[in-house]
Amino acid sequence: MRYALPTLSDETRAKHAAKGWPLALLGSALLLVSGLLSWSYDDRILGDISIRFWPVGVQIMAMVLGALGVAFALMDRGPLRRVGNWLDVALGLRALSTGVLVFVALVLAAIATEAGGLVNVNEGGWIALVGALLMFVGSRFVPQRELGQMHSARIPGWAEILVIALSMAAVLFLAAYLLNQDDAWLFVLGLAFIIALSMGLARSGFFTWFGHVAQRHKHVLTLAAFAVAFLFPFTQNGSDANMSIATQVLIFAATAIGLNIVVGLAGLLDLGYIAFLGSGAYIGAMMSNSAFATIGWKPPFLVTMLIGAIVASIFGLIIGSPTLRVSGDYLAIVTLAFGEIFRLAMFNLDGNNGPKLTNGPNGIPGIPDLQIGSFNFGDTHNVFGIPLGRFSNYYFILLLLIGFIILVFTRLNNSRIGRGWVAIREDERAAEAMGVNVFGLKLLAFAGGAFLAGLAGTIKAHQDSAVSPDQYLFLESAFLLAAVVLGGMGTIAGVLIGATILKLMPEKLRFFSEYRLLLFGLLLVLMMRFRPEGLVASRRRQLEFHDEDESLAEEVEDWHLEDVR
Amino acid sequence: MSTAATAPQRTAPAIGAPVVEARGVVMRFGGLVAVNNVDLTVHEGEIVGLIGPNGAGKTTFFNCLTGMYKPTEGQVTLSGETLPPKPRRVVTAGMARTFQNIRLFSNMTSLENVMVGRYCRTSAGPLTSILRGPKYKREEAATRERAQELLDFVGLGDKAEHLSRNLPYGDQRRLEIARALATDPKVILLDEPTAGMNPQETRQASDLIFRIRDMGIAVVVIEHDMRFIFNLCDRVLCLVRGETLIEGSPAEVQSDPRVIEAYIGGGTDDEEEQA
Repeated sequence: MRYALPTLSDETRAKHAAKGWPLALLGSALLLVSGLLSWSYDDRILGDISIRFWPVGVQIMAMVLGALGVAFALMDRGPLRRVGNWLDVALGLRALSTGVLVFVALVLAAIATEAGGLVNVNEGGWIALVGALLMFVGSRFVPQRELGQMHSARIPGWAEILVIALSMAAVLFLAAYLLNQDDAWLFVLGLAFIIALSMGLARSGFFTWFGHVAQRHKHVLTLAAFAVAFLFPFTQNGSDANMSIATQVLIFAATAIGLNIVVGLAGLLDLGYIAFLGSGAYIGAMMSNSAFATIGWKPPFLVTMLIGAIVASIFGLIIGSPTLRVSGDYLAIVTLAFGEIFRLAMFNLDGNNGPKLTNGPNGIPGIPDLQIGSFNFGDTHNVFGIPLGRFSNYYFILLLLIGFIILVFTRLNNSRIGRGWVAIREDERAAEAMGVNVFGLKLLAFAGGAFLAGLAGTIKAHQDSAVSPDQYLFLESAFLLAAVVLGGMGTIAGVLIGATILKLMPEKLRFFSEYRLLLFGLLLVLMMRFRPEGLVASRRRQLEFHDEDESLAEEVEDWHLEDVR
Repeated sequence: MSTAATAPQRTAPAIGAPVVEARGVVMRFGGLVAVNNVDLTVHEGEIVGLIGPNGAGKTTFFNCLTGMYKPTEGQVTLSGETLPPKPRRVVTAGMARTFQNIRLFSNMTSLENVMVGRYCRTSAGPLTSILRGPKYKREEAATRERAQELLDFVGLGDKAEHLSRNLPYGDQRRLEIARALATDPKVILLDEPTAGMNPQETRQASDLIFRIRDMGIAVVVIEHDMRFIFNLCDRVLCLVRGETLIEGSPAEVQSDPRVIEAYIGGGTDDEEEQA
């Protein structure tokens, strides 16, 4: 494979093939059984893992990983052999076992630090470790098999829809579970579990297959994803702590998708994008009912939203029209400067140095909650007996906004305009020579992206109940861009994942926040080395990053041919 | 020069009104005069060849015509209107081109490549694209249909969903022609359309160019393959060191001793151009 670390030679593998498979199966089975045993003498750590036959938390995770390992092994040889014709079981098993080893090691480390020393680890923990080691060693010797064409792997339509529904339910369950962990160790272990699981599934090609299924049932997938997102507040029992984080994630994600139009579709590097969110937020604040609002006119909120968005897109046009003639690094520098100019302008428009619009460094505090009709966003409403608080209200309106932004993104992408953007990215001079309005399309991306960020900004002002210049630092722009690059340029799902990772981590892991810049930097460097196209890559983007990879080009072509069939 | 066998498609062209008129085009890069006072007139339904040794300024002249360069002096008119030095405006006015080194959008499919060519003839804006309005639907369907037609025309109809980077070389050249045709040009400029092709592909290419001419589109071709040029063209212009050496019918140009001299530089070393 492309980025495999140094591995065994094929001859060594073939020689020991007979021993590898039983070892891997045994290891997986041990892991599966270990979940039923006692992992620690101490019943106060990681949610009481000392009781036998009563698996909780990490034990259940270990069992799930073990079960996947057993399933993989049985797909290689055994009753599930037919599935193994499509999934690359050997690679999946190898990746899974690596993840499992890290996971089990982390569990033991957690027990050791929480309870004071490895002596507290009971038999379950050690058996899990042995199982993980056996899996790790055994899976290295499982030879790869000849695989069928993935896009011809079919199961009945209802089963495919069931797979989508189950996957979405799993996502909802995992998200709710993770967010409800107050114990930092459990959160980290949950992440390690998810990473191990997805590594195994990704390398086995399950996600590729899932991509094909999703392609065939686009609407079902979209609907299921929105249903899950919509149901999320109902899992929180009125707790505001997680909903507050969730709304922040949504605002961040909405802005990042807007930025993705500029960066991912039109291919323009914008380092000052937060200024557009900021101009929307300031407009929202200035026209709100706050005692510190500086504009007397108080139109209905939808009008304010529109004005905020239009002002932001005018800023986009102002900054764009002279600068879009330069490209690449120069554009990045100009937009970076624009972001700073915006912040400093907001800092100084306090009546001393210019018109009194923003109250300078004090900002505009005390913005009341939104009121649309008789619905006040500050109130708690009971739906089916489940209380939905202030943040849940904002969560729902932001969900609507994100839906709108996604609609704009995908529909522009699948139109004449989207084709023009791709052409510009591929070869700007050829695009110009074929009659594509290069300058106009770039400007449209810039202004359109700004418009969407402006919309998000007006809601953000009410949700934060205050705006001030220090919310709109360059760092925020950098984080937005990081979310786009990390998740995958030009994709929706990728940016949602990227935004969630970048916003959720520092909130859940307070100890981590001191090192977050260091760790994000490290993460980005690793991504650029191993997967420059991002976690969820758009097919075309993937090709652009792996220009010489002919097998990838063939694969992408198969996708296109399948679309037609 | 070897004598060319007459191609069967060759019919007496019905020469119409001038489409392209370039007058006194001069292109200087600092002290270097790449194109010096070149005139060119192309009539409706005419195929004009542009030949000359490497570095004679043929491609530079093309770039001046299509607005990629702004000529230092001189002007280019299309159907009587002066062309601005903006490639996009030139395409909209009705002059399309292909490139010497193929410049397809390599990660797009053949169909998408040709659809990009339709960009300047369609006008669905962002609003109707987002709302999926009637205009969007109508235009999108028409664009797709026209692109497929053009792919069929150049013989790539069954490769619509193939990525252009995966196409064989000859097909890429033909795809570039289809993409240029998608802009509904009055005149099409082909920069070495048969470079790197085998004899059979070259025959197909000249067949294709005749068919383009029969659609009523004027064609200007840069080429080094003399047999190809003298078979194909109604008129040939020979450029040497940026200046017009001779302009005339293929027979005239072919028999002119100065052309032979320009190509083989006095007649000792390089004779491959005559092949």
